[in-house]
Amino acid sequence: MTARIVLLHLAVLLLLFALQFIASDYVILTLTRIMVLAVYASGYNLLFGYSGLLSLGHAMFFATGLYAAAIGTTRAGLSVPEAFLAATLIGVVVSSIMGVIVLRARGVGFMIVTLMFSQAAFLTVLYFGDYTRGDEGIVILDTIRIFSFLGRTIDLTDPLLRYNLALALLAILVALILVLVRSRFGHVLVAIRENEDRTAMLGYDVARYKFIAFVISGTLSAVSGATYALMFAYAGSTLASIQYSIHPLLWTLLGGASTTLGPMLGTGVMFLLVDFASGFTNVSLLITGAVLIALVLFFPKGILGSIRQRYLKWLP
Amino acid sequence: MEQSKLTVPAMSGITRRNMLKAAAAATGFAAGPGFVRYAQAASSEPIRIGFQVHRTGIGAAYGRWYERTTNAAVALINEQGGINGRPVEIIAEDDGTDPGRGAEVVEKFATQHKCDVGFGTLFSHVVMGSAPRAGELKLPYYVVSEGHHVASGALNRYTFQPGITDVKSQVISLAPWIAKNLGKKVCMIYPDFAFGYDHRDYFSAAIKAQGGEVNALIPIPPTESSFTRYFPQIPADTDVIYHVMVGPAVLTFVKELGEHFGSQHPALFGFIDSLEAVDLKSPGLEFLEGSYLWEAYPRFAGAAPKAHDTFYRSKVGVDANGASTSDAADISTYSHMFGCWETLYTLKNAMEAAGYQGPADKAKLIEATEAITAIAEGNEHPQGDKIFNGKIHQSFGHQNITQVKGGVADVVYRTTIEEGLYEPEADYTKMAL
Repeated sequence: MTARIVLLHLAVLLLLFALQFIASDYVILTLTRIMVLAVYASGYNLLFGYSGLLSLGHAMFFATGLYAAAIGTTRAGLSVPEAFLAATLIGVVVSSIMGVIVLRARGVGFMIVTLMFSQAAFLTVLYFGDYTRGDEGIVILDTIRIFSFLGRTIDLTDPLLRYNLALALLAILVALILVLVRSRFGHVLVAIRENEDRTAMLGYDVARYKFIAFVISGTLSAVSGATYALMFAYAGSTLASIQYSIHPLLWTLLGGASTTLGPMLGTGVMFLLVDFASGFTNVSLLITGAVLIALVLFFPKGILGSIRQRYLKWLP
Repeated sequence: MEQSKLTVPAMSGITRRNMLKAAAAATGFAAGPGFVRYAQAASSEPIRIGFQVHRTGIGAAYGRWYERTTNAAVALINEQGGINGRPVEIIAEDDGTDPGRGAEVVEKFATQHKCDVGFGTLFSHVVMGSAPRAGELKLPYYVVSEGHHVASGALNRYTFQPGITDVKSQVISLAPWIAKNLGKKVCMIYPDFAFGYDHRDYFSAAIKAQGGEVNALIPIPPTESSFTRYFPQIPADTDVIYHVMVGPAVLTFVKELGEHFGSQHPALFGFIDSLEAVDLKSPGLEFLEGSYLWEAYPRFAGAAPKAHDTFYRSKVGVDANGASTSDAADISTYSHMFGCWETLYTLKNAMEAAGYQGPADKAKLIEATEAITAIAEGNEHPQGDKIFNGKIHQSFGHQNITQVKGGVADVVYRTTIEEGLYEPEADYTKMAL
C-alpha cells in the first residue's frame, strides 16, 4: 500500500476530526449523521462496487441493526454497548443466512431476490407491530443513552461525543475497507466483478468469496443501523423501507463505486443537496434528481471514480 | 462577547433566509451558521417558530391545511402585537412526512435557524423520530398530532401537545355513546400499524368498561388496495362496525363495504381521519349515508354556528361546508388543523406568562406551559374549552359525533371533557430541564 494512499485517508479523517473545533452545531450534527450513514454506504460498496453484486435489499440489514439495538435497549434491558454488540452479532447471523439463500441467484435475479427479502423484512417489522411499534417506531429514552462503560459515564446525548464516536467508527471502517480492498481478498472480489467465470476457472472459490463479502457488507450495514438507533434515539419502519435500500446505492454511485472514499463523499453530497434544496422548495427531490442526472452525464463513474479515471489513477 | 448573545444572524434581513442559510451549509463549513455573528438586540427580533410541515409524502393533504391555518394564526397574532411585543416569524420546512428527515429538520431549526420553538408535526412516526432530537437540543417542541405518544410518557420534557386531544382520550370519550346508541358488539376494522393499534387497544378497553365487547378485530395491512376478502370476517351478530381506515384507499374501502352488505348492515361508526380533505359527496361514499363519524371539530358549520367558529373559518379561509372559500372542491382537514391555530395561541399565552425574551428563557417557557390547567373557548380556541395536564403535556377537549345525511355531517352528540379523561401514565415534570 503506497504512502500517499494512507496519507490521503489519514488526511480525510484528520480533517473530520479538526472540523469539530471550528464547525457550527448544525454542521456537527449533520456530519455525525453523514458519518454513520457513510458506514452503511461503504459496507454496501464492498458488495456492489468491488464484488459487482447489486443488492436492492440492504435496508433489511440496516433495519436488523436498527431494531436489534432499539429493542435490545428498550425491551431486553441491554445496555448500549451490549445492544451494539448484540446488533452486530445478529447482523452477522442474518447476513449469513441471507447470503446462503440469495447468492444462489446472479445478475438481475440477485437484485430481485434481495429486493423481495427486504420487502419481507419491512413487512415483518409492521407485522410484529406490538414489538416494533410498526410505522410509529421506538424511541430510546435519554436515560438509556447515558450509561457507564469501563468506569466512565458515556452520554450519547452529547453532540461532540457522538461526533467523535461516529468518527472513530468511520475510521475503523475506512481502515478495514482499505486493507480489504488492497488485499488478495479484495483483488479476487474485483476479479469476480470483472469476470466471475474466469475467476472460477482460475481456481478461486467464487461462492466463498462472494459469501464473505456479502456477510461483511450486511454486517457493516447492521452496525450502521445500530449506531443510528443508539445515536439518534429512534427506530421506525420507514428506515426499513425500500427507500433505505436505494439510498446506499445512490450514495455509492454518486461518490464513486469501487473507491474507498467515494461512498462517504456521496453520502455527504447527497445529504447536503437534499438539505439545501428542501430549505427553499417543495420539489427538493426534483432538484436532487436533476443534479444526479448531471453527475451521471459528466461524472459517469461517480465523483471520485471519474477523478480517478481522468486525473488520479492511484486513487483506491 | 456578551453582546454577541443578544444579536441576530447577519443574514436575517434577506428575504429568502432559508435558501441562503441552507446554501451556506451546503457550500462550506466556514460559511456555516456557527460563524455568523450577531448584530442587534434580541428583544427587537422576531420569535422564530420552526414549522415542521408535511408538504410532501403521505401527509401532504394535511400539511397543506396545517400551513394555511398556521399562516392565518401567525398573521392574526402579529396584527394583535405579536408575542411579548415581538413579531412571530414562521420558518417552515418540509419533512417529507418522514421521521428521518423530520429529525434532521428539527436539528436544523434548533442549531441553524436558532428557532425559539419547533411546532406543527402531525404524523405520529415523524413526531416519534423528531422528538428525541428536540429534547436533546432543548428545543420546546409543540406537536399537533393527536397520537398518544406524548401522553404515554415515551417522549421528553420538551415535547407538548396542547392543541389537540390524543387518540386514547378520543376513543374513551366515544365509547359510552356508541354502547348506548349503536350497540355493544363492535367489530373493529383498523390499519395494521401503530395508529390502528392505539384504536384497537384503547377502544377495546373502553367498550368493555361500558359492558360491551369487541367481537372481532380486523387489522388491514397498509399496502392493501382491495378489502373484500376481509369483510366475511365480520361476525353476523355485529351491532357496530368501527372503522378507522387511513389513506387514499378509503373510497375503495367504503364502496366495497357497501357492495358486501347492501342495504342491510350493522351500524357504522368511523373516524373522520380517513375522510379529511375528502368530499363526503364523493362517488363511492354513498354507503356512508346515515353512518356516524367522530370529528374533533365538525366540518360543517350547521345552522347555528358559534361566533368564534365563524371568525376562525373566515380567518383560515374555510366556508360553512368545510371547503376552501376559494375552491369548493378543496376540502379542509377541519378536525385536525384547528390544532395548529390553538397550539400557537397556547404557545403565545405560555410565552407571555413566562415573560419569554429569548432562548435563555426556554426553561421558563416549559414550566409556564406545564402550569396551564384550563383553556377557555373563544376565538383563540374555537374548537372548545380544554383541560391541560402539565404532567403528561397533553390537552383534553370535547369530541363530536356526527351523522352523515345527504353528504352533510351534523352533530348528534358532543362529549364532555370528563368522558375522555384517564389516569396520567407519566410525569414529565420530574424530568430535568
